[in-house]
Amino acid sequence: MNDSLLIQTKNLTKIYPMGRHKLVALDNISLAFKKGEFAGLVGPSGSGKTTLLNIVGSLDIPTSGSAWVMGERVEHLSHQKAARLRNNHIGFIFQTFNLLPVYTVFENVEFPLLILGVSAKERKLRVTEALEWVHLADRVHSKPAQLSGGESQRVAIARAVVKRPAIILADEPTANLDADNSHQILHTMVNLNQELGTTFLFSTHDDKVIQYLRRKITLFDGRVDKDEEKSGKE
Amino acid sequence: MIIPKLAIRNILGAGLRTWLNVLVLSFAFFSIITIQGLLEGMNYQTSQSMIEALYCGGHYWSEKYDPYDPLCLEEAHQKISEPLRKLIDTGKSAAILIVQGNIYPAGRMKPVLIKGIDPAQSLLAIPSQFLDDQQAAIPAIIGNRMAESSGLHQGDEVTLQWRDVHGTYDARDVKIVQIMQTTVQNIDVGQIWIPLQRLQVLTGMIDEATIVVVSRELVNPPRVPGWSFKNLDFLLKDIYDLIQSKTVGSSIIYLILMFLAMLAIFDTQVLSIFRRRREMGTLMALGMTRREVIQLFTLEGALHGVLAALVAALYGMPLLSYFADTGWQLPQMADSYGFSIGEKLFPMFSAGMVIGTTLLVFIATTIVSFLPTRKISKLKPTDALRGRMT
Repeated sequence: MNDSLLIQTKNLTKIYPMGRHKLVALDNISLAFKKGEFAGLVGPSGSGKTTLLNIVGSLDIPTSGSAWVMGERVEHLSHQKAARLRNNHIGFIFQTFNLLPVYTVFENVEFPLLILGVSAKERKLRVTEALEWVHLADRVHSKPAQLSGGESQRVAIARAVVKRPAIILADEPTANLDADNSHQILHTMVNLNQELGTTFLFSTHDDKVIQYLRRKITLFDGRVDKDEEKSGKE
Repeated sequence: MIIPKLAIRNILGAGLRTWLNVLVLSFAFFSIITIQGLLEGMNYQTSQSMIEALYCGGHYWSEKYDPYDPLCLEEAHQKISEPLRKLIDTGKSAAILIVQGNIYPAGRMKPVLIKGIDPAQSLLAIPSQFLDDQQAAIPAIIGNRMAESSGLHQGDEVTLQWRDVHGTYDARDVKIVQIMQTTVQNIDVGQIWIPLQRLQVLTGMIDEATIVVVSRELVNPPRVPGWSFKNLDFLLKDIYDLIQSKTVGSSIIYLILMFLAMLAIFDTQVLSIFRRRREMGTLMALGMTRREVIQLFTLEGALHGVLAALVAALYGMPLLSYFADTGWQLPQMADSYGFSIGEKLFPMFSAGMVIGTTLLVFIATTIVSFLPTRKISKLKPTDALRGRMT
């Protein structure tokens, strides 16, 4: 693997057994992502976007082929090492926000730092900073149930960036948001990408997201259909 | 330290759901300890009242005496030998002569055991001093159950019939000088107590006895030829067997309560985990290992047990202390259980029993929290995140 690459896949294939049939979710995908990219996997439902994102995020393993993330070969990682890779280097943003319902906004954002063993003083500083980035510093004591969809997704972004990961994987981050909230969220992510140099990899079929991408990879039936560089909206 | 911190944060964050679970589990703690305490109290009171009213420190039995064979009584009497006489004279023993007979209350015949006891004895909790009645030709005491079944009252006279040492039937009127209130059926039902010396004279069994009760202070009862010593272990064996059979029933209730408590926890954990599988996926995505997820959810379940023990202690300790002091009023029908318990049952709570039960429930709670968590942690993170169960 090239040292300047954060993510690289080679002939990545994922097949799901479906009874007597097989579903080929990814078919020989070979891609590479460098530090600071703002890229998206685009395509219709079932094209393999989320599957690829899950493998890159070490949440799943390929049937064949290889995926390197931060120098680690994902398919060879134990559960424990995969968990550590995610904890140290990868932030996740989900379509359904996936905030921990019994925690406050502060506690949700603090969670990855707790697992990392960051000191209480440092945690407070970093959580406050992350919440300021997403303009939610005044909602630290709120519970997820008290937040709007846009606010919830901003908390999820703060949770993803608080540990300053090298990579943030966002799976349909705007699917549950209205246009205004979607643009706010995307604007925040563009700023974070530029300020912190974090690599963002999206899975989306939302045109609003596509406008902001600087690299658009179109998947179709588990294959790369197009891989194009573009000037994203800022 | 991260796992305990998160577990505490989770159960406190769950608010009402946590406290409802804790309350239900605390009822299980309270019920199990209460039932155990009642059982302990019942065991203690039963054996204690039998000892006080009948067994004292043990019995010397006449060679042919068998309490289960009324026909043996014709021959089960013999002269009180010298060593026993010395014990009786020093107040360390009391002789009892037992003879078969009949009484005729209201013209009906009722078989009885006639028991002769020294009115001056103080070993047994029998009001024998009432037998020292010079006014009555033959003073007699009966228990409350006997009085009820025969329709006799204090001051009544009733004809008493017996067979003397030669097998000849004889009869006299006796006067009921006292109805004794006792919880011990063995000194009451089908029995009539008269002065020992009178019975010895009436039956021609001068200076004879069937059993000799010894004091509890008598540590090493001497071997007495012709008399067989029965210690408390032997005499209480039937009671212990009876308690044991009741204990089996109580153990079943104990197990059912335990099972219900565990079911509540298991159910809560399974439901909670089913509902929280997406959360588990999120925890894994955020970097928690499977082992940490199992530890977290198991600890949450165990903490429910700890909180439940604390809550149970909060309302249970004053309540159980109150019951231990004032006792539990028993229904009238409790008399027919075959136990000499009394009107009130005083539960007994030993530290060992409370700590043991608490530990047992705590361990069981932890196990039933662990099992579903272990199963769910095997879920692929991608499935958990989608809320799937595979």
